[in-house]
Amino acid sequence: MVTTQQKPKTPVAKQLNVQVNGIGVGCAADARVLDAIRTAGFDVPTLCYDERLDPQGTCRMCLVDVTVDGKPAQVAACTAFASDGMAVETHSDEITEYRKTVLEMLLSETSSPANCPKCISFKKCELHEAVEEYGAKWDAFPPLVPREKVDDGNPFIQRDYDLCISCFRCTNICNDWEQVGAITVEGRGQESTIASFFENDLMKSPCTFCGQCINTCPTGALTDKKIVGKTKAEKLERTKTICPYCGVGCGIHLLTQDGELMGTEPDFDSPSRGSLCVKGQFASWEFVKSEERLKYPLIKENGAFRRASWDEALDLVTSRLTAIRDETGPDSIVCWSSARTVTEANYLMQKFTRIGIGTNNIDNCSRT
Amino acid sequence: MAVMVGKGAMTNSIEELAGTDFLLVAGSNTTEAHPVISLRMKRAVRNGAKLVVIDPRKIELTKWASRHLQINIGTDIPLFNALAHVMIKEDLYDREYVEKRTEGFDELAKHVEFYTPEYAAEVCGVPAEDIVATAREYAEASPKAAICYTLGITEHSCGSHNVQSIANLGMLGGNFGMPNAGVNPLRGQNNVQGASDSGALPTDLPGYQKVERPGVREKFEKAWGAELPKRRGITKITAMDQMLRGRVRGVYIMGENTVISDPNTNHAQKALEAAEFIVVQDIFMTDTARLADVVLPAGSFAESDGTFANSERRVQRVRPAIKPVGESRTDVDILLDLMGRFGIVQDLESPSDVWDEMRKLAPIFGGITYERLDAEGGLQWPCPTEDHPGTEYLHADEMESGLPGYFAPVDHIPPAEPTDSEYPLVLTTGRRRSTYHTGTQTGRASGFDLLVATELAEINPYDADQLELTDGETIVVRSRRGEVEVPVLITDKSPHGTIFMSFAFPELTQTNRLTSDAYDFITETPEFKACAVRIEKIAPVTASAD
Repeated sequence: MVTTQQKPKTPVAKQLNVQVNGIGVGCAADARVLDAIRTAGFDVPTLCYDERLDPQGTCRMCLVDVTVDGKPAQVAACTAFASDGMAVETHSDEITEYRKTVLEMLLSETSSPANCPKCISFKKCELHEAVEEYGAKWDAFPPLVPREKVDDGNPFIQRDYDLCISCFRCTNICNDWEQVGAITVEGRGQESTIASFFENDLMKSPCTFCGQCINTCPTGALTDKKIVGKTKAEKLERTKTICPYCGVGCGIHLLTQDGELMGTEPDFDSPSRGSLCVKGQFASWEFVKSEERLKYPLIKENGAFRRASWDEALDLVTSRLTAIRDETGPDSIVCWSSARTVTEANYLMQKFTRIGIGTNNIDNCSRT
Repeated sequence: MAVMVGKGAMTNSIEELAGTDFLLVAGSNTTEAHPVISLRMKRAVRNGAKLVVIDPRKIELTKWASRHLQINIGTDIPLFNALAHVMIKEDLYDREYVEKRTEGFDELAKHVEFYTPEYAAEVCGVPAEDIVATAREYAEASPKAAICYTLGITEHSCGSHNVQSIANLGMLGGNFGMPNAGVNPLRGQNNVQGASDSGALPTDLPGYQKVERPGVREKFEKAWGAELPKRRGITKITAMDQMLRGRVRGVYIMGENTVISDPNTNHAQKALEAAEFIVVQDIFMTDTARLADVVLPAGSFAESDGTFANSERRVQRVRPAIKPVGESRTDVDILLDLMGRFGIVQDLESPSDVWDEMRKLAPIFGGITYERLDAEGGLQWPCPTEDHPGTEYLHADEMESGLPGYFAPVDHIPPAEPTDSEYPLVLTTGRRRSTYHTGTQTGRASGFDLLVATELAEINPYDADQLELTDGETIVVRSRRGEVEVPVLITDKSPHGTIFMSFAFPELTQTNRLTSDAYDFITETPEFKACAVRIEKIAPVTASAD
């Protein structure tokens, strides 16, 4: 059986024609079988796969039947390259039964059934979805010795080894994508666990808390401590927007439940491809909910602020700025715009300065 | 850079960095300040690219670098001039490109003749052979060699000349207008690009159309139905001086903690105290808002509808997830209301109306619509028409200025405040990954105090030894303008003679009380990256005699 395949070195045609479950699709010369399957509108479970990384082909869930030049084979769709004239069958009876068995073995690793019903994940659990789709049973194999939750006191990432299926997406994203190398696989075979160097304490490891391990985890083994337990996947709404910190402009989703902000997640469909740093991942929403937010206009009288209505505040702004303009000219007023707010507000600010006040004394912090 | 090639923005795209053959990163602590851009740099190295880091500090990115040019602070121009010197002397520059697309080569060649690698080695404190090797590698990889820089280059009194010396190198290599190449300033804040794009500049109307260029003002006067001021305006730095002289009396500040973020805090505070009437529109009661006469509560990004433009000129949609808290209102909403009170008649109700007015007046955004942003996920300007795909890299067929690229012969200018026996150390400021700017946002996120709890003065082990400091000891850092107390972190990240601090913990340590008010005479960017300080031990408290 073909398990891994090197990238073909000889030049290949730009466009490949592949049949997936009888439907013909064209794909790029370097496409994998999985790309062809998804282009054709089908899908297979991919528990160890993250499209940003080189595929590993270790979870074996994406195994499919292929026929090339009349010869049948079973390949891992994530690693095998597509070829011209290839026919792919994604859900043969044999493969479907095989996937169910693999899932049941994985379930024995998570030593559930006790665990899944108390699932804490607030995002879709890829394992759970596959279990439901294939009708895998919890007790087909005897459970392994339960593994434990690790609480190392870090404020961001919760680790529950009992939900780990050893897909190694977290170690790969940390080592290959982030190139931080904070976590690694410790032990062999069924004993293997994900650990960080030096006492398994993330705070003492090179971890930057970018949160990518959480975001790639297909189960709830790694999860966001700030959100977990406070909400459920089905209750959350997602708003696609942009991180409020630096000039990279990473895509994020703001998570809300009944109009209340609950957290953030990266937006994998944005140009940043799901990347975030510790600020975007863990600091981009709590300040919004801070009790210290200004909630109503304030006017200073005798050195102290008092609450005011919008009408009163804006009328005062209008009358005072107008008076200064009339007394000493528009150039005796300056307006400073913000690199933190939307472009539209900046546009209005410069328009207001130029035709409302009558000066070009408008600047922003691009110099500082 | 705008002077030389027409646009002062990242020439290429973030993703393109991963595919470059050679990366020169100067004055950018990318893994801390732009972590997600550093991923593309690390990816480039893994793909086989060479990375050379130019930085006075041993920053984390040097782990991925094949060479670290650990130059003395503020000696970027001699280094870049010497790199140009080698490229010209060894005939490694792109002769055809230089002839076809640039002007002023002969003047540059003559000018940099003086900047031999040996001379630069002495000034910059790096080996001459490393300078020669870097020039050769850059030339060999061109035109697929990218340069990235940040505030380590611009926040000097010679900042704009620093940038020009870098752009010279880019043009010698033929790297403007090529994929995976270019000269790329990485922008600091989420919408600093958008703020400038929208014309919030004293010299520019929206889309970088010059106030003083014939025809520009008339176009906006017609569109806005109002007369426009003819003279360019004043920058923030000038405005603060004029407040102290009583010539600027009214100030309207939207979303900026000027007192903490600007250099020489005492000066900024005095200036604002001298102003008669201050309006601050913000989401928190910042130190700047405390000085205001009227404080207007604004909506945060999570409540706002509109767009941000990122470092690679990509306009992306910002969408509200929640309603403004309390009685706060979004910036757009507040300004529309206020403009009505000033008698400005405009047919604008929503951010999308505002955007449409702007794109019709600024050709570089002409083809960017909210509908396209929703469907396509983000578009890079220039994007003049609705069937234009946006621009991944600038200057493809010609420089954006429509003119040849002009070489700029520039000379070394040392930092405005040299060290002396009284203030023998250099203070340089910057960011740390887990804190941001003045800390109004990261300071309110739980758990972040466990990552970096306070401000820290990073000092070289040798200097710490000389001053008899122990790790964690609280010291006084004093400059000619002020003093702060701060704990010490002993690390070889800091070179001998230099200490590093951020400014994210203003409650305890207002770093910008120390920084210099020197600034670049062209852009008026302050010199945050170098000022002279001294360290004083805090005398142990002894029991009082009585």
